[in-house]
Amino acid sequence: MTTAPLDKVTPLDKARLSHTAVFWIGFGAVMAVLIVAPLILPEFWRRFLTEILIWGLLAMSSDLLIGFTGMISFGHSAFFGLGMYGAAGALLMVSPPNLWLAILCGLAGAAGAALFVAFFSTRLRDIYFAITTLIFSQIFYVMIFTWTAVTGGENGLIFTRPHLSIPFIYDARFTTTTMHWFVLAVVTASYLILRRVTQSPFGMVLQSIRENEARTRAIGYPVERYKMVSVMLSGLFAGLAGVLYAVQNEFAAPDFVYFLTSGDTVIYNVMGGIGTLVGPIVGAGFFQLARELLSRLFGDQFPYLIPLGVIFIAMIIFLPQGLLGFARRWLNR
Amino acid sequence: MGAASHFFQAIPLDLIIIQTVNGIVTGMILALVASGLTLIFGIMDVVNFAHGELFMLGAYVGVIIIATTGSFWLALIAAALIVAIIGAALQIVTLRPLIGRDPLNTILVTFGISLVLQNFALWEFGPVARKIPEPIESHFTLFYLTYPWYRILIAALSAAIIGGFWLFLKYGKFGVWIRATAQDRVMAQAMGIPVPLVYTGVFAIGAAMAAASGVLFAPLVGVNHTMGLDWVLKAFIVVVVGGMGNLGGSIAAAIFISLLESYATIWVDPSQAVIVSFVVLILTLLFRPTGLFVATPR
Repeated sequence: MTTAPLDKVTPLDKARLSHTAVFWIGFGAVMAVLIVAPLILPEFWRRFLTEILIWGLLAMSSDLLIGFTGMISFGHSAFFGLGMYGAAGALLMVSPPNLWLAILCGLAGAAGAALFVAFFSTRLRDIYFAITTLIFSQIFYVMIFTWTAVTGGENGLIFTRPHLSIPFIYDARFTTTTMHWFVLAVVTASYLILRRVTQSPFGMVLQSIRENEARTRAIGYPVERYKMVSVMLSGLFAGLAGVLYAVQNEFAAPDFVYFLTSGDTVIYNVMGGIGTLVGPIVGAGFFQLARELLSRLFGDQFPYLIPLGVIFIAMIIFLPQGLLGFARRWLNR
Repeated sequence: MGAASHFFQAIPLDLIIIQTVNGIVTGMILALVASGLTLIFGIMDVVNFAHGELFMLGAYVGVIIIATTGSFWLALIAAALIVAIIGAALQIVTLRPLIGRDPLNTILVTFGISLVLQNFALWEFGPVARKIPEPIESHFTLFYLTYPWYRILIAALSAAIIGGFWLFLKYGKFGVWIRATAQDRVMAQAMGIPVPLVYTGVFAIGAAMAAASGVLFAPLVGVNHTMGLDWVLKAFIVVVVGGMGNLGGSIAAAIFISLLESYATIWVDPSQAVIVSFVVLILTLLFRPTGLFVATPR
């Protein structure tokens, strides 16, 4: 803690200070609730909350593209899935299964996919970018689905969960509570990193690409390179979400590489509010809760995506900034 | 080694001809789907994610009408008309409020529509695929195969629909309006062309073309609630390869890609043959990002 010289405190700085204070108090309060939650909630809801956080991380990673760079990705399932299969590969091949190795392999898988997608699809803008990311994710889906010898094809891969281990300090089996805390720690760290990235000069360039790509290029920024890095960064965090999902559920399945996962990611973003980073997590929570509620009220067979799809369409028309959109500027300050 | 020797085996000529016929048949249907998609994009700047679902909806309406009346041709026409009306309604309710906003909003909205329609079909008709009988059951002999005439008829009908649509664009009053709007929206409006009506009309026409291709194609594969996504993906590839908004390019690209995929199935499983079209897409993006079949790069 360094104290600024008194004479430099202008009214603007005071406003800034109080904003940061309020932000961190709010952050701490939400964190406290999320840390205590697994101790209070019953088993089912504990797992449910953990999954919301994982989906939230996936959505948050895609927010870097949608909300900050202005590119809609319909292919995040590829990164998520490669992270999942990368982790699965590491857990199956190395015994005893190691958590950190799984994360590393998952990230490597996602990075590979992201490099491929970034290299080709950043040549295109807007709608074309959206379509090509979708098509690329389907390439990965077809590969995973048909390459049965390695990926298990339609059945996917099943493995055992690694221990939660910090070398020389801690080593224990995951319980649903420690799993939740672990996921929470990863998601929180990711949020802080992404928030830092979007506020950095690099993040500013991304936002200026969103606002006016031609002008950004005219100023002299290599727009393509910035876009590629942002796709790769986004892919890495999506891969991390895939690793977490794999560890949480102890399987990797081709269904998660399928387009529907990407579609859900976009829905979380739009519902929660793009360009806010926390919005997508709220969107994921809203979506999953609504889905659970609908299937409890009307039975498992109820097509919950019909009402949720209608809500989604209505939100784009009437509330394009999403649930947290009102706080967008405040959150990013 | 085994795969390599299999690959270089002499390919019988008859197999190539059969695959060529197959490729042209699927290519013509794909062209019909893609021309609706490219029309909607070229004129409204809307990427219609729900196009595959309109295709599927057309097939289901066809199933219902055949079940009640027994006539395939009546089903074809009725499905096109009904889905056109549904399309017009969807456009008025969801896309019209978005005119003037970022075009990315339209891809999100049509994605939402596709979700709703797909789940509606699943809910209403169940997960089991429905079958439409082929309206013509006669076959002819193509080397060692008995080839159904119906497939040839599909290709001919698709070509006829596309040709009729082209004549309509060229000489019909509404067609001239459509072309005028595509060329210069503001000027067209200044000349008294009802642009919002043109938008709705274009979406309805695109929906009708998707529905017609759905009914035509249904006898070959069966009708299922997920059939839309495969087609919309292929149609997207075709539209990008052919040059977005370029009708002739889309048709050429549709036939080109279907032929390639069809030849690829000589060696690999059909589910892997899809990769061929992905490769074409990647190569196009690398070397001719404006489209393979565009005369002069923009």
